[in-house]
Amino acid sequence: MSRYTATTADDLKTMLDAIGASSVEELFDAIPEGVRLRRELDLPAGMPEQDVYAHLLDLARRNTSAEDEVTFLGAGMYDHYVPAAIDMLLGRSEFLTPYTPYQPEISQGGLQVMFEYQTAISELTALPVSNASVYEGPSAVGAAGYLAKLANGKRRFVVSRGLHPHSRETLRTLSHGYGTEVVEVPLKDGVTDPEAWAAAIDDETAAVFFQQPNFLGAVEDAAALAQAAKNSPAIVVGSYDPIPLAILAPPGACGVDVAVGEGQTLGNRLDFGGPSFGFFAATEAYLRRMPGRIAGETRDVDGRRGFVLTLQTREQHIRREKATSNICTSQALNALAGVVYLSWLGRTGVVELAELLLQRTAYAREALGAVDGVSALHDQPAVREFAVQLDVEDLEAVRRVIDRCQDAGINPGYALGRDYEEHPTGLLVAITEQRTKGQIDRLAAVLGAAVAAERSADREEVSA
Amino acid sequence: MSAASGGPRPAPSEFRRAVGMSAPIDDNHLHADTAIEGHHPHHDIPVTSAGATPMQREPAVTIFEKGAPGRRAFFCPEPGVPARDRHELLPATLRRSEPARLPEVSEPELVRHYVRLSRRNFDLDSGFYPLGSCTMKHNPRLHERVAALPGHARLHPLQDPRRAQGALELMWNLERALGEIAGLPHVVLQPSAGSHGELAGVLLTRAYHESRGEHRTKVLTPDTAHGTNPATVTMAGYEVVKVGTNPEGGVDLEDLRSKVDEQVACLMLTNPNTLGVFDANIEEIARLVHGVGATLYYDGANLNAVMGKSRPGDMGFDIVHYNLHKSFTQPHGGGGPGSGPIAVSGRIEPFVPRPVITRAETPDGPVFDLEYDRPLSIGRLRGFQGNYGVFVRAYAYICSLGAEGLRDASETAVLNANYLLARLRALVGDALPLAFGERCMHEFVLSGAPMKKELGIRTLDLAKRLLDHGFHPPTVYFPLLVDEALLIEPTETETRETLDAFAEAVAAIVAEARADPQIALNAPYTTPVRRLDEGAAAKHPVIRQAL
Amino acid sequence: MADASYPTDLLYHPEHDWARIDGDVATLGITWFAQDALGEVVFFDPPAVGATTTAGESYAEVESVKAVSDVIAPLSGEIVEVNAALGDGPEAINDDPYGGGWLVKVRLTDVSETDALLDAATYEASL
Repeated sequence: MSRYTATTADDLKTMLDAIGASSVEELFDAIPEGVRLRRELDLPAGMPEQDVYAHLLDLARRNTSAEDEVTFLGAGMYDHYVPAAIDMLLGRSEFLTPYTPYQPEISQGGLQVMFEYQTAISELTALPVSNASVYEGPSAVGAAGYLAKLANGKRRFVVSRGLHPHSRETLRTLSHGYGTEVVEVPLKDGVTDPEAWAAAIDDETAAVFFQQPNFLGAVEDAAALAQAAKNSPAIVVGSYDPIPLAILAPPGACGVDVAVGEGQTLGNRLDFGGPSFGFFAATEAYLRRMPGRIAGETRDVDGRRGFVLTLQTREQHIRREKATSNICTSQALNALAGVVYLSWLGRTGVVELAELLLQRTAYAREALGAVDGVSALHDQPAVREFAVQLDVEDLEAVRRVIDRCQDAGINPGYALGRDYEEHPTGLLVAITEQRTKGQIDRLAAVLGAAVAAERSADREEVSA
Repeated sequence: MSAASGGPRPAPSEFRRAVGMSAPIDDNHLHADTAIEGHHPHHDIPVTSAGATPMQREPAVTIFEKGAPGRRAFFCPEPGVPARDRHELLPATLRRSEPARLPEVSEPELVRHYVRLSRRNFDLDSGFYPLGSCTMKHNPRLHERVAALPGHARLHPLQDPRRAQGALELMWNLERALGEIAGLPHVVLQPSAGSHGELAGVLLTRAYHESRGEHRTKVLTPDTAHGTNPATVTMAGYEVVKVGTNPEGGVDLEDLRSKVDEQVACLMLTNPNTLGVFDANIEEIARLVHGVGATLYYDGANLNAVMGKSRPGDMGFDIVHYNLHKSFTQPHGGGGPGSGPIAVSGRIEPFVPRPVITRAETPDGPVFDLEYDRPLSIGRLRGFQGNYGVFVRAYAYICSLGAEGLRDASETAVLNANYLLARLRALVGDALPLAFGERCMHEFVLSGAPMKKELGIRTLDLAKRLLDHGFHPPTVYFPLLVDEALLIEPTETETRETLDAFAEAVAAIVAEARADPQIALNAPYTTPVRRLDEGAAAKHPVIRQAL
Repeated sequence: MADASYPTDLLYHPEHDWARIDGDVATLGITWFAQDALGEVVFFDPPAVGATTTAGESYAEVESVKAVSDVIAPLSGEIVEVNAALGDGPEAINDDPYGGGWLVKVRLTDVSETDALLDAATYEASL
């Protein structure tokens, strides 16, 4: 017997008798001797529950989380507040422990949640078709690329450099598999260069990709980017940040065909990068090309309203090699958090939250712009994140500045130079509703001091 | 694309066939006869308000149909900063003109709605869930507690690695443990789920061959394979070629020999396979595949049968994927999240997704870091490092069980499956015979074909009637190779009493069908809704609430 | 759904398709066996008028609740008409596979290909 099993000596005897075997070992006779493991696995012995807890707590303590520092770090995942009601609901056995709803009669809870989630995403994106979620943001971008490739058979993707570096790289990895070229369009003044974008799109373009707001926090002219693809076969894919979407022109109103995005900010924790969920919505034309699961409404034999997984023939287990993707699951629990969060914010609340982010971001931009050695990297409208330049030597210097800030209890943001060599001293600063005016003022002070210290250390080195 | 390779087209009534890119209609054995949906009641069971259960009388109402204008749960904080003109900050041309029509409910309304909705679900904590191929073992709540620790839960993925040493050490330890379990040295935790790990495996195979200047075109999969395999193969730009199954349930070696050539990039297998059979020829299979320079890929869906007993690395596999939501207790969550790490042999290691975790010895102890400079890597498959929240739970499980516990888990899983098989054989062996072999590993496949022929009820009807008995049915109509398949995996965390109760319920349903097949044909009766019209849902999809 | 039937005035392909020949134009569809194996049909996406069919190769897909299958062309030709009514009523493929459930009409490029097709008796015997 081990943790979670229950075979007593009595059980064992009864069971072996019924099977007609003399030992449990006998049940493994089918395994050829050459591949039998004849030693114990080289792993530590099992620990009692309290020791496992102590060990995991010790590991947790060696991480600096958003609980331990005031963080302005974003770049794709954000320190929003997760309401306690979500913890409670996600912890319920009935939501936490079931499998994918293959027996719909006993899965109406989960199926209705999917239906509600799909409705919420459709509303947010103003697109009529949404699936029940995919893994996360960057792989949703990859899935959109595959949809385009299957839909129009073209072999080129045009990608704005404003798309998250992880999304761009994921798209490259996947498209290398099915043989599609990826062409990158640069940014100009913080947004996608409109001339370069238009010039890159041709008759061989399967899809075009942009991010809204882009990685530098700038709001793009989505309608213009979509319009530029109108006379080509290209499917327009926009990767959207869902909370700013509460006040931004939605993809459905901008001529975007497929909208994807990272759902972490909707009721999910940072969790060092996962699990979260990705959303995937599209125009009616792509209904039968959607990857992943979709819940649909129907009636039962007595006429009751109910929900089932539908359009399953598109999925891997029926169409197999012709499937729209190989995704076998959604992120059901994380999507549940998403729809609960959107319902918790509500119609007015989500707008108020986005407007609050807009105001505090503007304040933070102003506050940092007034700091000696810090200047704006672009002047585009921004909703929740913005980019500045530090007047220091290089990326390493930026890292040292960040380090000094963190030693003072503030994480000032993301070193842009890690992914954008054209902005070696850039810093990406993110705002959530948890970042107060007081904290922003403190950021300005701490960052100013850290930059000053770096510059004077630099001067000392030069003069030494 | 070319049609199937191999001999003359086999007769339509054969189960085994070599199928290329097209799937002729008769290849789909899922529902091979009429009236499969059973929408129209064959029996006059009166449905009155007196007969319906309380939950059946409660209509489904979505959150969008509740609440009232002005209600709210969220009370937005004051911005607290000097107010700027909204349109100056974000011009009207960039703004939406209509707000998203999200619900307007109070927090108590919200909570009540979702709590009541949760009760319309069957779940693993509440009952037996013998879904073959899914490994529905108990989800320990310790794992939820440790995953919720702020040091794990509120850690930003882009935090400076020097300030995330606990997380990186956890991932490193998990990698070492998973590598030991599979018998392969290099583990990467990044892929989001099993099918994502499979995609990684096939892309790694491609990178490996390309690095040697070869451009192979085919990937072999057995005809018993899980559906994700062919879909994954196509996404990675290869052609799927199916390999047949022999009467013992293993790979047909003759068929394999005829198909293995230098155009084959990889053979994807799971062992034991979806029939619950351990392929005794695995060493020969590995020899054949390696002999033409192809890679051997292990689908880890059935790892629960062999932990501590046999290792895919020792069987000769080059790439293995794990499902942390199967053997390693990550809760299924109603369909995700999961996690699909991979382990690879030395020759595949240079190509693994990046970043990889490194460990350096220093005078102050080990220091962990993320390494991005990997010139031969296939790149990223997703953002950040993978589903860390799942790693925490899987790691806690491995710490709890240790070497002995993991071995005991597999031994008990196989014991429980064989015992349940023995009980079912004794009670309903004629109606539901075992499809292959004599014993099984951690799961087994029964065929409902005799039951259908003699009693007029199918596997689907048996499954629906099991719902009335308070059990989740096994997996139905998979693998495709078996007519009226019923794939049963009890897992090691179930007691003998539960297994007995399940076997008795199946026996009761079969006996009931002997007397009156109409009862099962119109089941279930006691679930929140009864049989649903899936045809209508597919013909006229309604996928969002009308507002 | 009707009982099994295989009208004698049609020609059949082993992949469960039928053809009704009228001069050099053939009406094509899937047989009773095929619709029965698929179950309730929910969607048929017709090919474009003007597209070509090649005997033995797939020219369209039929989708049911549980499965999707290629439809194999028994004859080669140019598609001159498609059954648009199936857009709203795909169930005609189940209820009337040889009548209202017809899929496409093609102008044949090689009428001699009909020699390779089976008559109703031979086809039914092969099932």
